[in-house]
Amino acid sequence: MVQKLDYLHESPSQTAGPYVHIGCTPNFTGIGIYGGDLGTSMKTGPVKGLEIIIRGTVFDGTGTPLRDAMVEIWQPDAAGLFPSANETRGAADPNFVGWGRSPGDMNTGEFIFDTVKPGAVPFPDGRMQAPHITAWIVARGINTGLHTRIYFEDEPEANAADPILSRIEHQNRIPTLLASKQPDGSYRFDVHLQGPNETIFFDM
Amino acid sequence: MSILNGPPKSGGFIPRDRVWQPDALTPPYKTSVKRSPQAALLSFPTTLSEETSPVFGHSILGDLDNDLILNYAKSGESAIGPRIIVHGRVLDENGRGVPGALLEFWQANAGGRYRHKKESYQAALDPNFGGCGRTITAEDGSYEFRTIQPGPYPWPNGMNDWRPAHIHFSIFGHGFAQRLITQMYFEGDPHIKLCPIVGILKTQEAIDALTAPLDMNRTVPMDSRAFKFDIVLRGQRQTYFENRKEGL
Repeated sequence: MVQKLDYLHESPSQTAGPYVHIGCTPNFTGIGIYGGDLGTSMKTGPVKGLEIIIRGTVFDGTGTPLRDAMVEIWQPDAAGLFPSANETRGAADPNFVGWGRSPGDMNTGEFIFDTVKPGAVPFPDGRMQAPHITAWIVARGINTGLHTRIYFEDEPEANAADPILSRIEHQNRIPTLLASKQPDGSYRFDVHLQGPNETIFFDM
Repeated sequence: MSILNGPPKSGGFIPRDRVWQPDALTPPYKTSVKRSPQAALLSFPTTLSEETSPVFGHSILGDLDNDLILNYAKSGESAIGPRIIVHGRVLDENGRGVPGALLEFWQANAGGRYRHKKESYQAALDPNFGGCGRTITAEDGSYEFRTIQPGPYPWPNGMNDWRPAHIHFSIFGHGFAQRLITQMYFEGDPHIKLCPIVGILKTQEAIDALTAPLDMNRTVPMDSRAFKFDIVLRGQRQTYFENRKEGL
């Protein structure tokens, strides 16, 4: 026998179910409470940097849009600083929340985020990562929340030098991580849970 | 177990145990079949993007946010059903309390009915029950809220599947890597062992980890029973010996 390793197990994940919006965006479902839903606005005043809109839809393996998903994003400000209690490199833009949550459109499921283009942040070894946003997707039928990253199609040099993107074996799947610039200046980032265009999901 | 508190130390997050956690594709839970990624997940150590997290201050909370019996009820009225207190601690895998963690919870009413336009179960709505609440953990990671015990309900999966009574939890820790949604079940519910969603859990130990025992010590006599539900988030590595650049 050996001594016991006294660590705890992470609580097992369970699906967010069909009514995640009741718990996380109750006002969206018609339950008026809390004075509004968290994550609706990522800005509390004028922000520094390039303001951008990101839209997208989550599709299942048949190509059907999910209308009961919830998407959250988390990102640094335009200077690459996180509005987080454990950000030690400097103070982030005080008017930028860094976190957004979208229940998707009631009819189409399309999510939308009104944010800023993130600055670059370093990898643990000091190399710079390409500008990116962390995204987290939960819904009925998703047993553990899916974690992916939104990189930007119009950052080819930074993407080519990125410590993670450059290490991906199936380089032909990288476009699934790139937000594409639309004619109106916004970005589009669709998520495919399954199928030939399946989004790269992370275990980080 | 030592009980230490405070912000996490530097060091990346301990990898999520994908053997312990449920698989993505679990055919008895039918909706997972077309909503489960088929390619392998891309594994990397966490970076600042996953080691930081939004901050939610206690100032966002209203007085009744953690009281589902009253937070949607008309003045002088209250939700119908067995009154219960749910309490516990949010810990990390190292056993440390996680302070300042935002918990959001949602549930069906005592009859098993959700307040949602897509809900089709015939059980009656309770006009005084909204079904959602939230709180933020204290310095030692503890939390509590008051609600009514939700009822089991049927759902479209197999021809006759019923969910055990449960409360959904959404939890933020100190790093976005800790983000978690799970469900709490109630001790003794005979539906637990029949449910295809509980059935995605791979071991009895995992089911037990989501099953809250009746806690008579926290029960308020002649008022509310209590159930205890601890939640464990991913921990961070604790070491002086961090990765060094090559050659050092």
